[in-house]
Amino acid sequence: MKNIKVLGSGCSKCKDTLLLITQVAEKLGVAIQLEKIEDPAQIMAYNIMSTPAVIVDEVIVHKGGIPSKENITAWLTNT
Amino acid sequence: MFQIFTDFANWLTYQVFSLPIETKLADATQFFIEDVSKIFFLLIIMIYLIALMRASLNVEKVRDYLQKKHRGAGYFMGSSFGAITPFCSCSSIPVFLGFTSAGIPVGITMAFLITSPLINEVAILLLIGLLGWKFTILYIVVGMSIGILGGLFLDTIKAERWLLSFAADALSRGQEQFKNQTSVTLDTKKLSLNERHQFAKKEAIDIFSRIWKWVIIGVGLGAALHGFVPDGWIEAHLGDGQWWSVPTAVFLGIPLYSNATGVIPVMESLINKGLPVGTTLAFCMSTVAASFPEFILLKQVMQWRLLAIVFAMLLLAFTCVGWVFNTFTPFL
Repeated sequence: MKNIKVLGSGCSKCKDTLLLITQVAEKLGVAIQLEKIEDPAQIMAYNIMSTPAVIVDEVIVHKGGIPSKENITAWLTNT
Repeated sequence: MFQIFTDFANWLTYQVFSLPIETKLADATQFFIEDVSKIFFLLIIMIYLIALMRASLNVEKVRDYLQKKHRGAGYFMGSSFGAITPFCSCSSIPVFLGFTSAGIPVGITMAFLITSPLINEVAILLLIGLLGWKFTILYIVVGMSIGILGGLFLDTIKAERWLLSFAADALSRGQEQFKNQTSVTLDTKKLSLNERHQFAKKEAIDIFSRIWKWVIIGVGLGAALHGFVPDGWIEAHLGDGQWWSVPTAVFLGIPLYSNATGVIPVMESLINKGLPVGTTLAFCMSTVAASFPEFILLKQVMQWRLLAIVFAMLLLAFTCVGWVFNTFTPFL
């Protein structure tokens, strides 16, 4: 199961990102473990400066905006 | 160059809506249509063009660049980058920590963060379109000076003492690391024209969909002021730039929270109504840069004491700007 983390300080874009990933995962029928990280110290540890950022299995795949559906699909189906 | 928007607004107000000439309602409507059409047009075209040019600029590059800079130049560069780098205010904490953990002094980081909301391409465009070149240059110089001097001041009083401990640790680790490092590798990936176009298109849509509401609200307020506050009222009561009017304007601006886009049309109306330039600047900068939501965010990395110092510093700076401009504009 993929572990996905959304990093962000709680702005609306971060919430939208979280929602979008949930929707795409449901549609594809892929089980994921989704986490939201708001703690600034943890965000710093990933060396992220533009949020929202997405981390899939500890790899930074996206930062600085809401990701596209196509991208999310690719992260979830790519094994 | 902007005449076409005036003509369009006149046509719509007096011909299509056939509002009676020289009434308050017609005045306000004409003002609203002219400004909204002009601003929307300018925004879409210019955001696209500017985004095309700065497609390869991002906060990571700015950080690497500032890290290598000498302190003196650092404040100036920090403030300049704050003006041209786009970032959403919800990113200010990650940016703050990213800069800090790279060993960049707090003052330089704050020069970046203070200037950022005050000056951006949208604000500059609106200023040129609504208030002209002279005022725009004045605004940029004042905005950057506040960022630079503010940053310098924070480093002089050793503001890093009052960071929360995890942020202070990150700063000293970053400075330690940087000393042992000989060169920073810069990512110099070249972007193709098509990639730039895609980025610029996305930016134009993104920014526009975020700020069009602010334009409507700002111009709406401006139009109401323009049409319904009697001519001469502001001038008669506040036109001499009475000393107390500036701090009052600054305090009024604190609970009001807006970005530069919403506030500039209001500035236009206030100045046209005879409010002195200094008072107007003080009010608008306070509305844009000293807001509670922004400060609550900074609490995540700063102790109350530093937060209070930064807040007081900004209020004092805006007040001084107001006084200085009110004193000197009559001689210009």
